[in-house]
Amino acid sequence: MFLWGSNARDAHPIWFHHLLKGIQNGARLHVVDPRRTSSAEWADVWLGLNVGSDIALSNAMAREIIHAGLHDETFIARGTTGFEAFRDSVEPYTLELAAAATGIPADVIRDSAHQYAKADRAMICWTLGITEHHNAVDNVVSLINLALLTGHVGRYGCGCNPLRGQNNVQGGGDMGALPNKLPGFQDVDNPEHRTKFERVWKRDILPEIGLNLTEMMYAMEHKELTALYVIGENPAQSDADATHVAHLLDQLDHLVVQEIFLTKTAQLAHVVFPATATWAEGEGTVTNSERRVQRVRKAVEPPGEARDELWIMSELAKRMGRGWGHPSAEDVWDELRSLSPDHAGMSYARLDALGGLQWPCRDETDPGTLFLHARLWDEDPAKRGRLAPFSVVQHEGPVEQPSDEYPLTLTTGRRLESYNTGVQTGGYLSPLHRGESLDLSPEDAARLGIEQGDMVQVTSRRGTVQAPAHIDRGLRAGVVFMTLHFPDAIATNLLTINATDPRSGTAEFKACAVRVEPIRVAHSVGARRAEPFAAAGDD
Amino acid sequence: MTAASQPLVQLQRPTHATDQSRRMSTRTISCTIDGTPISVREGTTIFDACRQMGTEIPTLCFLDTLHPVNVCRVCVVELEGARVLVPSCSRAVEEGMVVHTNSPRVQHSRKLVLEMLASSVDLSTTPNVAEWIAEYDAKPERFGPPAPPAPAGTRDASIAGHHAPPNPDFAATVAEPTKIDNDLYVRDYAKCILCYKCVEACGPDHQNTFAIAVAGRGFDAHISTEFAVPLPESACVYCGNCIAVCPTGALMAKTEFDKRAAGNWDESRMTATDTICPYCGVGCTLRLHVDEGEIVKATSPLENAITQGNLCIKGRFGWRFVQNTAAPAGSDVGNGRH
Repeated sequence: MFLWGSNARDAHPIWFHHLLKGIQNGARLHVVDPRRTSSAEWADVWLGLNVGSDIALSNAMAREIIHAGLHDETFIARGTTGFEAFRDSVEPYTLELAAAATGIPADVIRDSAHQYAKADRAMICWTLGITEHHNAVDNVVSLINLALLTGHVGRYGCGCNPLRGQNNVQGGGDMGALPNKLPGFQDVDNPEHRTKFERVWKRDILPEIGLNLTEMMYAMEHKELTALYVIGENPAQSDADATHVAHLLDQLDHLVVQEIFLTKTAQLAHVVFPATATWAEGEGTVTNSERRVQRVRKAVEPPGEARDELWIMSELAKRMGRGWGHPSAEDVWDELRSLSPDHAGMSYARLDALGGLQWPCRDETDPGTLFLHARLWDEDPAKRGRLAPFSVVQHEGPVEQPSDEYPLTLTTGRRLESYNTGVQTGGYLSPLHRGESLDLSPEDAARLGIEQGDMVQVTSRRGTVQAPAHIDRGLRAGVVFMTLHFPDAIATNLLTINATDPRSGTAEFKACAVRVEPIRVAHSVGARRAEPFAAAGDD
Repeated sequence: MTAASQPLVQLQRPTHATDQSRRMSTRTISCTIDGTPISVREGTTIFDACRQMGTEIPTLCFLDTLHPVNVCRVCVVELEGARVLVPSCSRAVEEGMVVHTNSPRVQHSRKLVLEMLASSVDLSTTPNVAEWIAEYDAKPERFGPPAPPAPAGTRDASIAGHHAPPNPDFAATVAEPTKIDNDLYVRDYAKCILCYKCVEACGPDHQNTFAIAVAGRGFDAHISTEFAVPLPESACVYCGNCIAVCPTGALMAKTEFDKRAAGNWDESRMTATDTICPYCGVGCTLRLHVDEGEIVKATSPLENAITQGNLCIKGRFGWRFVQNTAAPAGSDVGNGRH
């Protein structure tokens, strides 16, 4: 098991239980992460690479696997395209080059490559450590290259798995909440797909691909986008370079925010629709990381004037002259099933009876699909479908490299008990809440004369924040860490860089260059978790 | 290895690997339980074989999602030809076994076990135990009135071998003040029967945090954090998976504890609704227990394949934002719903 850019022990604790059972059964765990995280503590091998050097590592592993003859020639011939070009592209990535770029010893890279290739079954799981980079898509396909090279795909216990960070981020994409997709992975720029939806929706669908989040920001800046309808998101605090984002939201002609709280984004809105917390106050479905569609159900009534999200949208449609009536969540789902073949077999009755189903699930006798891409192994070429392409990608490193003025790399992430901008997790008192801190290595702390709890000033090219220092022995010299859980107290995203992957639209939250300076007024935050419960939650 | 040549005493706890091979066994074993012949798959325990026949064996320390530890002794049954009673929760059925689940010997043993437990532990929030006490005619009061609670901290500080002489006027008890040292859950060890479930859930069976263990020997044995430090100073990550498996209510979410203390906990008027946790992408089923329109507790069903009844701190305790009309006092983030 390769856990690459993921601290699942903290971010996906119950999934990690299953991984721990695998470890107890003898599975070997390799954790690739600049930080020696709580997940890395369970690893047989921790590959502590420099922030943003993932492709140097993956390409060098690929070269080593090829040179050692450990690649799966049967699978490559049967299920893939572009192997020769890929082989040539990784040839310069010697172990020595990778060791210099990543900071990982060459023999550790070699051993990990061999173990991955030789395993009967091996899996690569990743999280935002791979995707919150300016070259996110390159990072992802470089991991897929490894799976294709070794045939660790399309078989039980193998594959490439992004561990989803939110309960329905998978479902959001599946349902077409992407600029180029219609529900069920059908394409906006495919006339056949459009026609199918137009017939049911009785409405023309624009053939142009829409904008992703970062492109929207750009369009707002250039006055091409002047109105925004935000549902359940807090971009004023969650997006990189927060000062700039707040400015863009503020200058819109019209901002509508549908939210359960008056978030910082909602405070900027012209109109706020008070919404339900659908997971407990409404009906519907969500889709988890293993493509399992599960039902959410109403347990309590929403407070005050909060309205069901479907009701809000239906009423909005009515005001715009479209009579949708007031469909139930199941009505909407059944329409989706009629349009998305991969969801066709998932009636509410089956979802209830079976505790969820994994797509593709094409009819009401289909038990769902445990893993994807088995077709690539089929002996009959006609049944293999579109083959999986190798991708040629090059190591670039983060946009902002450390400099004399900004000598440290700030990387961001999550902690166990908190979640994103804290809109939800701020609602309960936990002894684990210890507020925001700047986490740094003992080496950097000693060099800068900083002690545990000292207030420090953190400065990037975009902004400055003050935070108490927390010395973390899991960090290597040169890397500092913060979260975005407490933006009202310490707005980490004032620092982060809006360097964005052009294909995914994801900003490089994982790397920006900063300077850390002690502030000469002592401020004690105490040792980690040492405060008694009466003071829990206080900084 | 044939079933007959397996060691009678399992010295090592079964690994998950052996569980796996047991699951896959297709051999059938025949035995007789309470006069009725039954055939079960190899590896099935006597407890499970009884369950298949519709005979419920009482138990406190056994749970399907944990390895059996054989400590409560409530589930013991009589095996013809065996010198001692055997714990049905862990003893696998063997070919030709003749089992009696309710013989006079079994009844006598359960009566004594229940008397010793009920005289030394507060079982007021343990489901089923009152019925068992009646069924087996247990008389815990025959050991005398319960001794007063130990002053706070003294049971944590007990040293093996240093015992005060017993006072014959009182029944010895494990009573001590409830430990309330955080906002999420309380530990009322006056209700602890030392079933090990919390230790197993916190340790190798699920959470692997190892924040708690059994400390002390004999009657001084108790569940403890490292050096008996308060929970906020321990390794605890507040997943509450110990609460989920506690059979006596010794471990309890603070919300439930407070409502019970106020005399306002009535499960008959509550509803339970299964939904999906609003946090990460794992998709844990949350069972929301609702009382008078308010969520009062979140659990997950033991039989759920994703969770096996486990949750993390966010799933078990992070639902409160839904019904906060104001930010909680002392919170450094968040705001209320209006």
